[in-house]
Amino acid sequence: MLKVLTLPILAALDWPGIPLRPEPGSTIAEGVDKLHFFLTGITFIFTVTIFSTILYFAIKYRRREGNLKPAATKTIMWLEITWTVIPSAICALIFVWSSSLYFENSRAPNASMEIFVVGKQWMWHLQHPEGPREINELHVPLGVPVKLTMTSEDVIHDFYVPAFRIKKDVLPGRYTSIWFQATQTGKFHFFCAQYCGMEHAGMIGWVYVMTPGDYEVWLAGGAKGESMTQAGARLFTQYGCDTCHKPDETGKGPSLDGIFGKPQKLKDGRTLNVDETFIRQAITNPNSMPLENYAPVMPTFQGQLNEEQILDLMAYVKSLGALERKAK
Amino acid sequence: MSTAAVAPPRDSRVNYLNANYGFRSWLLTTDHKRIALLYLMSITVMFFIGGAAATLMRLHLITPGGTLVQPATYNKLFTVHGIVMVFFFMIPSIPAVLGNFLVPLMIGAKDLAFPKINLLSWYIYIVGAGFTLYAILAGGVDTGWTFYTPYSSTYANTQVIAAALGVFITGFSSILTGLNFIVTIHKMRAPGLTWFRMPLFLWAMYATSVIMVLGTPVIAITIVLVAFERLLHVGIFDPKLGGDPILFQHLFWFYSHPAVYIMVLPGMGVVSEVIAAFSRKRIFGYSMVAFSSLAIAVISFLVWGHHMFVTGQSIYAGLIFSVLSFLVAIPSAIKVFNWTATLYKGSISYQAPMLYALGFIGLFTMGGLTGLFLASLATDVHLNGTYFIVAHFHYIMVGGTVMAYMAGIHFWWPKITGRLYPDGWARFAALLIFVGFNLTFFPQFMLGYLGMPRRYATYPAEFQVLNVMSSAGASILGIAYLIPLVYLIWSMRYGKIAGPNPWNATGLEWKTASPPITENFEETPVVTEEAYDYVHMPPMPSSAALAGEGDANV
Repeated sequence: MLKVLTLPILAALDWPGIPLRPEPGSTIAEGVDKLHFFLTGITFIFTVTIFSTILYFAIKYRRREGNLKPAATKTIMWLEITWTVIPSAICALIFVWSSSLYFENSRAPNASMEIFVVGKQWMWHLQHPEGPREINELHVPLGVPVKLTMTSEDVIHDFYVPAFRIKKDVLPGRYTSIWFQATQTGKFHFFCAQYCGMEHAGMIGWVYVMTPGDYEVWLAGGAKGESMTQAGARLFTQYGCDTCHKPDETGKGPSLDGIFGKPQKLKDGRTLNVDETFIRQAITNPNSMPLENYAPVMPTFQGQLNEEQILDLMAYVKSLGALERKAK
Repeated sequence: MSTAAVAPPRDSRVNYLNANYGFRSWLLTTDHKRIALLYLMSITVMFFIGGAAATLMRLHLITPGGTLVQPATYNKLFTVHGIVMVFFFMIPSIPAVLGNFLVPLMIGAKDLAFPKINLLSWYIYIVGAGFTLYAILAGGVDTGWTFYTPYSSTYANTQVIAAALGVFITGFSSILTGLNFIVTIHKMRAPGLTWFRMPLFLWAMYATSVIMVLGTPVIAITIVLVAFERLLHVGIFDPKLGGDPILFQHLFWFYSHPAVYIMVLPGMGVVSEVIAAFSRKRIFGYSMVAFSSLAIAVISFLVWGHHMFVTGQSIYAGLIFSVLSFLVAIPSAIKVFNWTATLYKGSISYQAPMLYALGFIGLFTMGGLTGLFLASLATDVHLNGTYFIVAHFHYIMVGGTVMAYMAGIHFWWPKITGRLYPDGWARFAALLIFVGFNLTFFPQFMLGYLGMPRRYATYPAEFQVLNVMSSAGASILGIAYLIPLVYLIWSMRYGKIAGPNPWNATGLEWKTASPPITENFEETPVVTEEAYDYVHMPPMPSSAALAGEGDANV
């Protein structure tokens, strides 16, 4: 009901002049705008009511002859209760609306295309699994859900696309993710929204939303190098990972075929699911998570691999799982 | 409140200001009123330092590419502005100046419970401020007032330690002031002054003190941990050393969100006093207003996670913090309604303190309501880290607290100095501050929704129009803040003699001479009435009478 009420407001917003909202460029933008301008309406109504009540009282009950000695203030309990209950009810409504919208917006569809983002002082590296690597630019197809898996090489950054109404901190040492599905072609700003040092304001780029056809053409033209999986395979041999992680379980370490997404038992009794953060930690700090049934002999690769190389390795490990599943 | 037989002062010319002379008599004083003035001078200096940094920032942002300074310098400017304004102006403003001056007077005591500790807390404040000023002069600090790790602990190569140490040290000043107020309010109330006869300013001071004592140690230990990591490379926050970058934010906001209420609760206290005096009414719903202060103090410790909705914290944690944040909004709303209802059937005058207090209600209402956008998960995702946040907290901090501070300074100035200031000038300044403030910060709400991130030294051209509006407002605001500085200093020598109770206000502080004697009261007062007993007071003198012309009752 309330969501319907806000529709005419939204229509009125897109007048030429000073715009009141960024272009709605993703599937979640309209929903966020409706809530935002509903809240704006609430703010407006309450502010105007309070201001005009004060103004009315201020004029009507001004100090003047015959109104110098007002009567004592009475406590009116029903009034106190009313103005406690009404704002509480409004808050409850906003809470339910905004939380359900947030839950909806948080879940990336399973069929999302994946792109990897690495923030570093002061630029953005964006990698497509097929190979193209971009700096401060991101090309994506229209109408396809895109999931960004993000990490930072140094301090906390934040990936923010106002047109898509999405934002998430980009943290060192772990992965965060957001997703979007673009609803119109064009170019949209993305920003770093967490202060990260001297050139913070320069950590800006553009998302280019293209038709799926144009995207294929762009991808074909850009994919001159290896794909992330190929790069990961190369690193896997180059850093000698393959001497211990053999496909047939004969190495000192576990076979990585099909390991992604499966639970692993640790010596300390914990059982952890193998996800991005698990793999990252296993590479950079293996001693913090010794596996049951294996000797803790793996050296740390902290400082030897940068975040992009770790992402390549991860893509490779994930592909091992996919190959096995295909073989079955 | 009426008191039994307060004898006229022994010699009306002797008061706390002229009881003795010389630097020693000020620097070694244990008189809460003199210490309040020491704080007043110190925080005024800090306010204008922080204000100068803000002025330079707004000048710089007139063009998208920046007009004035390099990005590195801009980053230092907003850091200095934040640190100085939050820790060295806002937090001590009302408690350390007005609270110090008024808490003993309002409860009918000779001084605070621990006068020497009170002086010590001013010295601690000065040492803390000294470290921070050193950090500025020795090259500045560029972490933002939030000191987020691992930037502050590993990557920044500016004066992080000196600035953080300044904040750490001045924290102890807060803790000691809070402790002093709590003990004083518990143990030293005049005979007959029960808890529910206390002016609401004292309830606000009490709630604030509880937050100061419980919250400040957390920021202190957090700063120590940052220093450990920075100096000794102990891995606490930096993942490269095995730390957790988000842990810092949990610790920081566990203090810094309640700190928002350290800043705004005292303002609510001031506004309650001023609204009552200038509408000649007891505050509507006195006990609701008193309890809402305590409710805010308690709930404020449970909402810190709403600063971290986009850090990747669990969406279920987000849900809890969201609902608690809505909950903390309710007591504030109750206060606004009660102040407004107090005006009903009052006899309302519009001297400067009242204009500031009414300005507070309006701007605080907007600040509070825009807080709902940020307690809402779905909208916070878009607004977090943008100018919307900047606008929101300036409506609370400047539109709220600074307005209330100005209301309080103007209301009690005759008590503090014994002199009246020119009310015409004061009203003009109040209106100018209101206009300048809105022009500065309203466009920032719009900038935020359009997506302009905060802490940007340069920005894309599409944001320029609103930035120019904001800078224009800031120039008005900057000038408006200088006007009171001039006429208040002028009034100390040339202002009209105020007399003990120029506003015919209730409250024990108005029952003694202006300025009060060093011991505050000739005899310990006895309280027999409720607070705000305006029914038994003469009416507010007319503006003309206050200015020294004409009949007091017209």
